Amino acid sequence: MANLASEFLGIKSPNPFWLASAPPTDKEYNVRRAFEAGWGGVVWKTLGEDGPPIVNVNGPRYGALYGADRRLLGLNNIELITDRPLDLNLQEIKAVKRDYPDRAMIVSIMVPCEEGAWKSILPKVEETGADGIELNFGCPHGMSERGMGAAVGQVPKYIEMVSRWCKQNTRMPVIVKLTPNITDIRYPARAALKGGADAVSLINTIASIISVNLDTMSPEPSIDGKGSHGGYCGPAVKPIALNMVAQIGNDVETGGLPISGIGGITNWRDAAEYMSLGCGNVQVCTAAMTYGFKIVEEMKSGMSDWMDEKGYNSVSDFIGSALPNVTEWQHLNLNYVAKAKIDQDSCIKCGRCYAACEDTSHQAISINDERVFEVINEECVACNLCVDVCPVENCITMEQMKPGELDTRTGKIVLDEYANWTTHPNNSGACVID
Amino acid sequence: MSNTVSSPGVLSGRLPVSKVNENFSDLHEPFRSHEASVAADRCYFCYDAPCITACPTAIDIPLFIRQIQTNTIDAAAKTIFEQNILGGMCARVCPTETLCEEACVREAAEGKPVEIGRLQRFATDSFMKSGAQPFLREASTGKKIAVIGAGPAGLACAHRLAMHGHDVIIYDAKEKAGGLNEFGIAAYKSTDEFAAKEVEWLLEIGGIDLQLGFELGKNIHLNELVKQFDSVFLGLGLGAVNNLKVSGDDLENVSDAVQFISGLRQADDLTSLRVGREVLVIGGGMTAVDAAVQSKLLGAETVTIAYRRSKDKMGASTYEQELATSNGVVIRENLKPKTIIGNGKVSSVEFERTKQTSEGLTPTGEAIMITADQVFVAIGQALSVNEERLEFAGNKINVSGSGRTSCNGVWAGGDCVSGGEDLTVTAVAQGRDAAEDINLSLMG
Repeated sequence: MANLASEFLGIKSPNPFWLASAPPTDKEYNVRRAFEAGWGGVVWKTLGEDGPPIVNVNGPRYGALYGADRRLLGLNNIELITDRPLDLNLQEIKAVKRDYPDRAMIVSIMVPCEEGAWKSILPKVEETGADGIELNFGCPHGMSERGMGAAVGQVPKYIEMVSRWCKQNTRMPVIVKLTPNITDIRYPARAALKGGADAVSLINTIASIISVNLDTMSPEPSIDGKGSHGGYCGPAVKPIALNMVAQIGNDVETGGLPISGIGGITNWRDAAEYMSLGCGNVQVCTAAMTYGFKIVEEMKSGMSDWMDEKGYNSVSDFIGSALPNVTEWQHLNLNYVAKAKIDQDSCIKCGRCYAACEDTSHQAISINDERVFEVINEECVACNLCVDVCPVENCITMEQMKPGELDTRTGKIVLDEYANWTTHPNNSGACVID
Repeated sequence: MSNTVSSPGVLSGRLPVSKVNENFSDLHEPFRSHEASVAADRCYFCYDAPCITACPTAIDIPLFIRQIQTNTIDAAAKTIFEQNILGGMCARVCPTETLCEEACVREAAEGKPVEIGRLQRFATDSFMKSGAQPFLREASTGKKIAVIGAGPAGLACAHRLAMHGHDVIIYDAKEKAGGLNEFGIAAYKSTDEFAAKEVEWLLEIGGIDLQLGFELGKNIHLNELVKQFDSVFLGLGLGAVNNLKVSGDDLENVSDAVQFISGLRQADDLTSLRVGREVLVIGGGMTAVDAAVQSKLLGAETVTIAYRRSKDKMGASTYEQELATSNGVVIRENLKPKTIIGNGKVSSVEFERTKQTSEGLTPTGEAIMITADQVFVAIGQALSVNEERLEFAGNKINVSGSGRTSCNGVWAGGDCVSGGEDLTVTAVAQGRDAAEDINLSLMG
C-alpha cells in the first residue's frame, strides 16, 4: 500500500486530504469526528476579530445545482465566517490539536485590513499550537461588503501588505487563500509571494446566483423574498480551479510556490488531478457536506491503489507531473490527427452522438435503418463531442491516426513531425524555424 | 366464513375480504412524485427514440419524460394524449415489456429500461385527476359519423372526430361502454373503476352521443347506417368465443374464460365469485393468463394452464407467463385436450402430449390426466359479424390504408380488422388514424 503521508510547508499529515475552512470545521465536535473518520487535517472555519460575534441570516443559507437524480453538482452559500465567540474557537482548536498531534491544524483568519487587528489575533492563534494560518481573502459575500474577504483578495497590493504583516508577526506558516473572482489569478498569487506568504490555496467560492424562484421572483436562497449573491462551490467549479492552479504553477514568478488545491474535490481522482497539477495537498468541503466525512475512506483507498498501480511510492512522486503538459493553444501539435471510433458492441443505440454531431457539429456520424451509428471519417474533425455526450463510457473513443495515413477529410497525409500554429502558413505572424 | 382454499368444489368466499382486496389492488403501484422524478431522470432523450417507434400510437416518450423531469406534468400528459387519448388505460395494460420498454436503450445497456408505462400513468393520472380536458372541440362541421363499438378503437376514433368538430354517435351492444377495457382486462390492471372513469372523462370533449344496447346486425344495420351518416367506423370486438370441440365441454363448471373475466370485472363483491379448488385453464394467450391468475387470487388452491404448443409459442408474453407463475400458476406445455371427464360436473381433463416436428404439431399418443373441478376455455375469440357489404380476410374485416374497408364510407379498426395485434394500444392507433382519414375524406 502506497504511503499517503503528506508534508506541506513542513506541516505533516497522514494523508493529503484536508477539510477546507467551512461549516464542517466550525467547531470541536465536527473536527474530532473528521479526525476520527480519517481526515489528514483541517483548516478551521475562519475566525474574526474579538468582539460581538458575527451574525448569520436566520433563513436558508445554501442553494444547489443538481444533475440527474438530484446529484448535487454545485452548492452556493451566503454563510459568513464563524458566528461563535473567538475565545471558544481558540479553546477548542487547542484541545483538538492536543488530542490529534499527528493531524494538520490550520486556522483561517479574516480581520479588518489594519495591521493592529492582525497583530492582535496572531499570537492568540499561535498559542493554540496550530500548525499554520490561512488568510481568508476569498469570501465573496457579506464580509466583502465590510472591506474583508474578497474585497482584500481582489486588490493585489492589499494581499501583499497583509501577507507581510502576518509573516512579521507570527512564526506560523502563512497560506493565502485566493478568490477566483478576478480576471487573472496570477496577480494575487504574485502579490502573496511578494508579501512573503509561504503558500497559496485556491479557489475560494465563485460569486453566484444559484437560482431564481419563478413564483416569488426571488433569487435563492431566499430570505423574506430577497436574495443576495453567494459563493459557489462543488464539482461544477473544479475545471475553473484546476486552470487557476496550473496558471500559478506555470507562471515564471509564482512557479514553485506551494499550493493547496480547493474546488469541487469529490473523490480520489479529483484530488490526484489537483496534485498532478502541482498542489501539495487538497482541501475538501462540498463533498463532505453532501456525503459526510466517510468519503475520505474512498479517497485514501483510491489514491493508494492508483499509486501502487503506477509505482508511486509517495505523493511527492506525482505532484506536479502534469504541469509541464499544460501549454498554450499555439503550441499544440496541429499534425496530431484523430478520428472518432464507435464500438458497435458497446453501443446502446441511443443516438445522442448522432443528434449532437448532426445538429450542432460536423455531420460526421451516419445512422441507418438498423440504428447503426458510424463515423464518417471524411467529415470527422475529432472534436470529441460525441464522446462527451455518449452515456456509455469508452463506447466512442478518439483514435489517433498514424503518420503516413491519409486523412480523408483534408486529403492530406498525416505527418510525423510536430507543427503548431506559430509556424502555420495561415498565421501571418508565423516564423519559420530552421 | 366457512370456506377455505382447500374446501372442495366450486365455491365463493375462499379468502377473507381483506386478502381478496389486497390481491386485486394495482398490479403496478402508481409512482409517487419522488419515484417519478428518479425514474424520469434515467431517460437519455434518445435521437429518433426506439421507444417511439415501438409504441403503436407513436407517443413522443422522450419528450413527455423530459416534461416530467422539468415538473410540467400537464404538458407531459398532453404530449401523451395528443397521440393516444386512452393513454391512461394504455399505461396500465400495455405489454410495455414487449413494446416501448423492450426498445428502451437502457434495456440494452443494463437490462433495466426506463419505466415508461408507470411514468405515463403518473402523467395521465395527474392530468385526469384535475378534471381538465387536453383538447377543445373545433367548431361544428355538421358532419355526422356513426362509430360502432365503444371499445378502445371506437372511443379513440370518436374522440378524434369530435376534436375535428364532427358529431359522433357511438353505438355499443353492451350495457356499459369501454369494450375490453371494461370487460376484458384483468381487474388488477384497471382498479378503481378506471375504465368507466376514463370513458366519462373522454366524452367530456362534447359532440359524442353514446347509445348503449345497439348491436350491429340486430337492431342496427350497416345498410341503414351508411345512408344516415356521412361515414361509419366499425370498432367491433370479437363477440364469439372459439369452442374446444371435445366431448364433455358441456359439463358443469366448464366455461369460457372471457365470461369469467367479464363477470369478475363487473362484480361488486369479489368474494361472492365462485372458483374451483383445482382450476384448469386451457389456452396460451393473455386471456388464459388473466383467467388463471385471477382464479388464484380468488383463492383456488391449484391453477394450471395447459397449452397445446410449447411455452415460447404462447400468445402471452414472457412477462405475462412470469406474472402467472409468480402467482403460483403452473404452466404446462405441449398438452392437447382430448376429453373432458366428469359425472355431471367436470372432474378431470384428459390430454395427449404433443411435440413440434417438421410436420408441425404432432400428437405423441401419450395420454395424461389433470384433475380439475373447474375448467376455463381460453382458445381465442372470433368476430361474429356477418355483413355482406364487407370483405373479409380470414375471419376478420379486410382493410387498407387507414382502416378503409371494401365498403365506401366505412372504416374499421381494432380487434375486428385483419392484421391487428389484439392490443388496446393498437386499437387506439387504428381508431385515431381512421378518424384522421375520415376527416380528410369529409373535409379535404
